[in-house]
Amino acid sequence: MEAVFFWVLATSLVICATAVVLFRNPVTNAVCLVAGLAFQAALFITLEANFLAAVQVIVYAGAVMVLFLFVIMLLDVREEARRTIPWVKVGGVGVVVLAAGLGIPRVIEAFPTAKKSLHWGEGAVSGSARDLGTLLFQGYGPLFLATGVLLLVATIGVVVLCRRDPEA
Amino acid sequence: MIFSEITLGHYLALSSLLFVIGLAGVILRRSLLIIMMSLELLLNAANLALVAVGRFQGIPDAQVAVFFVITVAAAEVALGLAILVAIFRIKKTTAADQLAGLRF
Repeated sequence: MEAVFFWVLATSLVICATAVVLFRNPVTNAVCLVAGLAFQAALFITLEANFLAAVQVIVYAGAVMVLFLFVIMLLDVREEARRTIPWVKVGGVGVVVLAAGLGIPRVIEAFPTAKKSLHWGEGAVSGSARDLGTLLFQGYGPLFLATGVLLLVATIGVVVLCRRDPEA
Repeated sequence: MIFSEITLGHYLALSSLLFVIGLAGVILRRSLLIIMMSLELLLNAANLALVAVGRFQGIPDAQVAVFFVITVAAAEVALGLAILVAIFRIKKTTAADQLAGLRF
């Protein structure tokens, strides 16, 4: 059961990610990215991280992607013209993909704990909002406040960047 | 065996594959918008690895780290897209290879 879910979700996620990189129409890319992020939220649920799955859907698939679609609309970007990609880049990516394909199984073999298998319901980590909240506010209170400052600074930065100069 | 039993290794392999796909997007694509989408793929690959390791090794703090990564990623996207809009206003393009203003 766990295996069926994992393989279906993993295949869909990889297909969506590849589509994001390959398609030329930006709207198609954005929609594929939304689908991929939703599949990843489902993978979080298989890992018993329920609250993170909800956050993933709300923040990523909701807020961030709406931002992307708004900018696509605002910029009126057309399909990227076909062009020849320099062979150095293609070769580099090919080498990386080959190295990853050969190297990943060996790296995983090197971790003895990587052979632990997935059974639902026996995870030591509870992914519920209550447990995550307790952990967050007990151990990471100052970091949480710093995140608030970060978001405030980012908001001010965005407003300043996007403001039109009134004199121009 | 490898298909019927899911291990931590499977999740890590999936995460690495996602990272490689995202990296290929950052290197190969020219539009800044698509490059930013590929950056999101990279961050998500890291998130998946963190959650998987936390689940299998019993480290609850991994999920807190993912929580912070998602927050910072949201701020990063907002700022990045604002910079993109500002660049588009001046240059009328979002192609990365047209932005050579700093080239010596």
